[in-house]
Amino acid sequence: MAQISYREALNQALAEEMTRDDRVFIMGEEVGYFGGAFKVTDGLLATFGEKRVRDTPISELSIVGAGIGAAMGGLKPIVELMTVNFGLLAMDQIVNHAAKIHYMFGGQAKVPIVIRAPQGGGHQLGAQHSQSLEAYFMHCPGLRVVIPASPADAKGLLKTAIRQDDPVIFLEHESLYGMKGEVPEGEHLVPFGVANLMRQGKDVTIISYSKCVYDSMRAAEALENEGIDAEVIDLRTLNPLDIGACVESIKKTAKAIMVYEGWRTGGAGAEVAAQIYEAAFDHLDAPIERVATKDVPMPYNARMERAALPSPADIVKVAERLV
Amino acid sequence: MALERDKLTAERALLTLGESELLELYRRMNLIRRFEDRTAEMYARGKITGFCHLYAGEEAVAVGAIFALYDKDYVVSTYREHGHCLAKGTPPRKVMAELFGKETGISHGRGGSMHLFDPNLRFMGGYAIVGGGLPLAVGLGLSIAYKEEPEVVCCFFGDGALPQGAFHESLNMASLWKLPVIFICENNFYGMGTLVQNAICQQELYRFAEPYKMPGVRVDGMDVLAVYQATMEATARAREGEGPSLIEAVTYRYRGHSMSDPAEYRSKREERIWQERDPIKTLRRRLVGERRVPESRLEAIEREVNAIIDDAVRYADESPEPALSDLMKNVYVENGGPQS
Repeated sequence: MAQISYREALNQALAEEMTRDDRVFIMGEEVGYFGGAFKVTDGLLATFGEKRVRDTPISELSIVGAGIGAAMGGLKPIVELMTVNFGLLAMDQIVNHAAKIHYMFGGQAKVPIVIRAPQGGGHQLGAQHSQSLEAYFMHCPGLRVVIPASPADAKGLLKTAIRQDDPVIFLEHESLYGMKGEVPEGEHLVPFGVANLMRQGKDVTIISYSKCVYDSMRAAEALENEGIDAEVIDLRTLNPLDIGACVESIKKTAKAIMVYEGWRTGGAGAEVAAQIYEAAFDHLDAPIERVATKDVPMPYNARMERAALPSPADIVKVAERLV
Repeated sequence: MALERDKLTAERALLTLGESELLELYRRMNLIRRFEDRTAEMYARGKITGFCHLYAGEEAVAVGAIFALYDKDYVVSTYREHGHCLAKGTPPRKVMAELFGKETGISHGRGGSMHLFDPNLRFMGGYAIVGGGLPLAVGLGLSIAYKEEPEVVCCFFGDGALPQGAFHESLNMASLWKLPVIFICENNFYGMGTLVQNAICQQELYRFAEPYKMPGVRVDGMDVLAVYQATMEATARAREGEGPSLIEAVTYRYRGHSMSDPAEYRSKREERIWQERDPIKTLRRRLVGERRVPESRLEAIEREVNAIIDDAVRYADESPEPALSDLMKNVYVENGGPQS
């Protein structure tokens, strides 16, 4: 299997799906001649032409709205938001339109759109460019929320997303684009709603997704030296959510830590914790812990930013207290 | 109020349309008026609840514009969309049943008055966020251009949508990409209760076409023939690949913003002046005066329309409610994942 980056894996998925199905096209700011702000769509314009790789004006609301309309018109649009932060301008189209159209018209209309958005902090980009907003989307019924950690999942989940009939919010972490991993060539589909057991352990379950999966794995290695055996779960998709995998693990470990980069309050991990309480309260030996971004607009200062974001050391500290 | 140009365009339409077409325009406007009057009654009787925005007074806009379309052309509308949906051809039974919240409604009782949808007639939905439909119309236009099809999209919105960002973004994108979209602004002078001059710096709304490099015209929205003719010109241009147009149809809603609005912000005198220019009466005068259509034929149409709407009310009333067991159905597409 080839070792390629998360960015290349996404690019491969886009190229393969565009070759497979001529209804699939990409539009967004800088996706064509610039090759994508994070170079995810690099080279696609040369291969597929302007009709299928469409540069747009800076009009997030209407780019997403036009994608929804195109999907209703029988196409399979992939809309790239330059970052999730700008996607807030498109929340009306995402929440009031994409998420509702199938239901409020009695199941008669489908909106098979994929909205891709880079997100996440750690690059000193300040308060308006460092957010992780998965919880906003997870809160809204009608949207699928996909948030891959590995290059293989980036490819396999994106291919599944493009073939999905529901609107999909596909969140890529900006820190992962350069990360390499083994990625199957050609047809590789990762199903939605199936968590990935990254590491087996018996003392504590660390439940995470996206970049925080790697922080969790590093924490697990550190904990191993202290004789604490941590299990690590990568959720991969937040909607649908594989709560069964979390419950199975907790039956074994009786303790859980949610690790996520969204703000601590009202984060995706808070929802997962609530669902675990509902499904497996009797199996828990201690309250579920959360390691997440502190409830603060992200500061520019490097030391302050590091302190605001969740880290492997934070996870280790919480695990030590729990076990 | 009627501009010289409107009179000329209306004259032109009067010459091009045959008698059966003119009677069809008359029939459709009457159908909508009668539907809306009965809707108000049913609302007062508690059969219809929630928000309900009536179209009475504005019939010439929906009927004139949609008469210029083919069946496969798309229509995108707002929350005041009973008229557009009926003009496109959805059976009144299915629309009334939707207002009653019944399973037999056009959106199976999940949408209500503001969210009608008829995929077979390419009525692509009523949307209740002001300006929300415009980007969708751009996307539908994009899908037509992508597939190199001959259709157009007709997108209706009120004067209240003009100050929204979505309006400006959408006109820019549609013009930039030369998409076959006809933007039809129904200027009824009030965004809810706020006068246009208190909301928009430029009150000649059609002039917003200029910066977006598309034709913009103002038509008498109380004259179905003027609206029809203007839309024909815009669709011809769109079908030739020359891009979008903006039509400002100056019109008036006879009732308040919604059923809960007594419209106390405007005078009875103003309402009377507009009702004297009633679009149905205007067409009737023309048919009788200029085309020598016997009154009895028009009365027969009115009777026929009344019977259709009476039947629609009966059908809606007798239809079953959606099953509660289906509450969670269609949040997501059933078997919507990859089929491989």
